[in-house]
Amino acid sequence: MNIYVLMKRTFDTEEKIVIENGCISDDGVNFIINPYDEFAIEEAIRLRDAHGGEVTVVTVGAEDAEKELRTALAMGCDRAVLINNEDVEDGDQWSTAEILAAYFKDKEFDVILGGNVSNDNGTGQIGPRLAEKLGIPHVSTIVKIEIDGDKATLERDAEGDIEIIEASLPLLVTAQQGLNEPRYPSLPGIMKAKKKPLEVLELDDLDLDEDDVSGRTETVEVFLPPEKGAGRILEGDPDTQARELVRLLRNEAKVI
Amino acid sequence: MDFELSDEHRMLQKMMREFADAEVAPGAIERDRTGVFPEDIFKKLGELGVLGLPFPEEYGGGGADTISFVIAVEELSRACGSTGITYSAHISLGGAPIHMFGTEEQKRKYLVPLCTGEALGAFGLTEPGAGSDAGGTETSAVEDGGEWVINGTKCFITNASYARAIPITAVTGRRGSKKEISAIIVPADAEGLTISEPYEKMGLHASNTTEIHLENVRVPKENLLGRRGEGFKQFLATLDGGRIGIGAMAVGIAQAAYEKTLRYAKIRRQFGTSLSKFQAIQFKLADMAMKIELARLMVYKAAWLKDNGKNFSKEAAMCKLYASEACMEICREAIQIHGGNGYMREYEVERYLRDAKLLEIGEGTSEVQRMVIAREIGC
Ligand SMILES: Cc1cc2nc3c(=O)[nH]c(=O)nc-3n(C[C@H](O)[C@H](O)[C@H](O)COP(=O)(O)OP(=O)(O)OC[C@H]3O[C@@H](n4cnc5c(N)ncnc54)[C@H](O)[C@@H]3O)c2cc1C
Repeated sequence: MNIYVLMKRTFDTEEKIVIENGCISDDGVNFIINPYDEFAIEEAIRLRDAHGGEVTVVTVGAEDAEKELRTALAMGCDRAVLINNEDVEDGDQWSTAEILAAYFKDKEFDVILGGNVSNDNGTGQIGPRLAEKLGIPHVSTIVKIEIDGDKATLERDAEGDIEIIEASLPLLVTAQQGLNEPRYPSLPGIMKAKKKPLEVLELDDLDLDEDDVSGRTETVEVFLPPEKGAGRILEGDPDTQARELVRLLRNEAKVI
Repeated sequence: MDFELSDEHRMLQKMMREFADAEVAPGAIERDRTGVFPEDIFKKLGELGVLGLPFPEEYGGGGADTISFVIAVEELSRACGSTGITYSAHISLGGAPIHMFGTEEQKRKYLVPLCTGEALGAFGLTEPGAGSDAGGTETSAVEDGGEWVINGTKCFITNASYARAIPITAVTGRRGSKKEISAIIVPADAEGLTISEPYEKMGLHASNTTEIHLENVRVPKENLLGRRGEGFKQFLATLDGGRIGIGAMAVGIAQAAYEKTLRYAKIRRQFGTSLSKFQAIQFKLADMAMKIELARLMVYKAAWLKDNGKNFSKEAAMCKLYASEACMEICREAIQIHGGNGYMREYEVERYLRDAKLLEIGEGTSEVQRMVIAREIGC
């Protein structure tokens, strides 16, 4: 089985966001594999172990993403591909999906797994956009996948309920928390990771011009949410409190 | 000159850190209270391939270097000192002498189960009458037919209850007043060998510290480790490596104490402001950060020398001495900055101090490290 995983290098969940000159600064920041993509990697390895085949982990990003690709290889992926997008202007979800679509154009694949969202931009668009471009079905936020021949049975997290879906391969799925418990890379895995193939592709290699994929999104402003003020405890009996709450929501917060 | 860790080191560090935070740290307070040995943690470390970390792959090891070893020890010790010493002793006291001096057959028989995690490693040197003066060994091994007959007592031996075979030192002959000391591998289930755990320790409660009593224990002659009469040289070489492990443990415990204390000093408020705004407290925290940085550099340097085949006895002694003393100072100040809370178990810093004290004693006391350094600088 040909299994592919879409992976993104993102800020560590514990990093504090700092804005400098209108941009989010990545000075001294710790990077990780996007946590949802870790679920996808783990599931891909399990599918490979159960059905045979190969797992290729693909990222669109800067050179530094090689570190996270190596970690994915240490976890057990077989090969890695880094598509360099450093020359892409204002790259957005549209750009990334275009680049990935160009990469997958001449590939044979049975399953492509990605994270449900990335923990930085959180748009959740890459998976669905790519599936659409490749003309294959996609199921998002899966918490279970079983494959039998060219048919997959999936459980999908539908806002807390479970939807059971059958789909045919080739298929793209995105992983939700609860799909699995990602493994730690083992020491032998870490030692082997360096010897596994890691291919670096430029846009040229995909017959793309950087202008073909420059972003379609315009960023108007980047700002932090307002600092959380101190909480307030309303006094009095429930009636008075309710009246006061409505008054505050209307007059102070101006939300009703 | 290059102060960067390699990609493998960084991955290992991340893996060990995440493992230590998720699997080792949560039970540390409870294990300190109950003294229950963390068997499940060692089972998982075995599955991760970390128990044979620096040994060759042909024996089931990980083929990693000493820098990797100190990274693993530091991260485990940061979460739990008992787990740290168990691991460090397993590798550097238990596995290393068999790897360095064992025959091919001995390595197959004794090193492989250590790498796979089927057994833990231990090393029996210290005796009631022979501590710093390890050459004062009284345990004797006498040849009888094709066997060694061993009599004596070893004390304070880490991990022996979980070992399958224990290299011990014994007097195998005398030339005038000079003892001939050799190392012999003794199966833990040999007849006449008893292992007990009689100690009530100050700290490292969940580590296994044992007394080994040998009464007419008979082992085959081929259980001699390396050459006859080289026991003294062997344990000096073994301890050189072990000291790097103790240095790494000290860095790990100190790091834990420092992190907890920095966080606490920012949250705890007195006189209308957080403790971290008082210069007296800031200076203590600055000293802590500096000492940890220096200790870690020295530990890395000793490990680097070892990995590059250079002499490292002096640096191993220096890193062990500096890191363990720095760790004690840091733990003491960590409690001080925590005030009354620091005296309470829940805040963990008092455990760090109790665990850290061993680091100034085991594998050569601070005084012995100074003796080693003095000898190395030509005194
Ligand atoms: C928890 C724990 C685990 C241990 N694990 C192991 C193990 O796995 N295997 C093993 O073989 N041993 C182990 N040991 C033993 C440890 O290595 C010894 O305790 C240590 O080497 C000190 O020896 P001692 O206790 O006999 O102290 P002593 O040698 O009696 O020393 C007492 C004091 O005198 C000082 N002193 C001694 N000689 C001199 C000198 N010439 N000049 C100046 N000062 C001197 C010492 O520095 C110390 O302060 C362990 C000990 C402990 C507590």
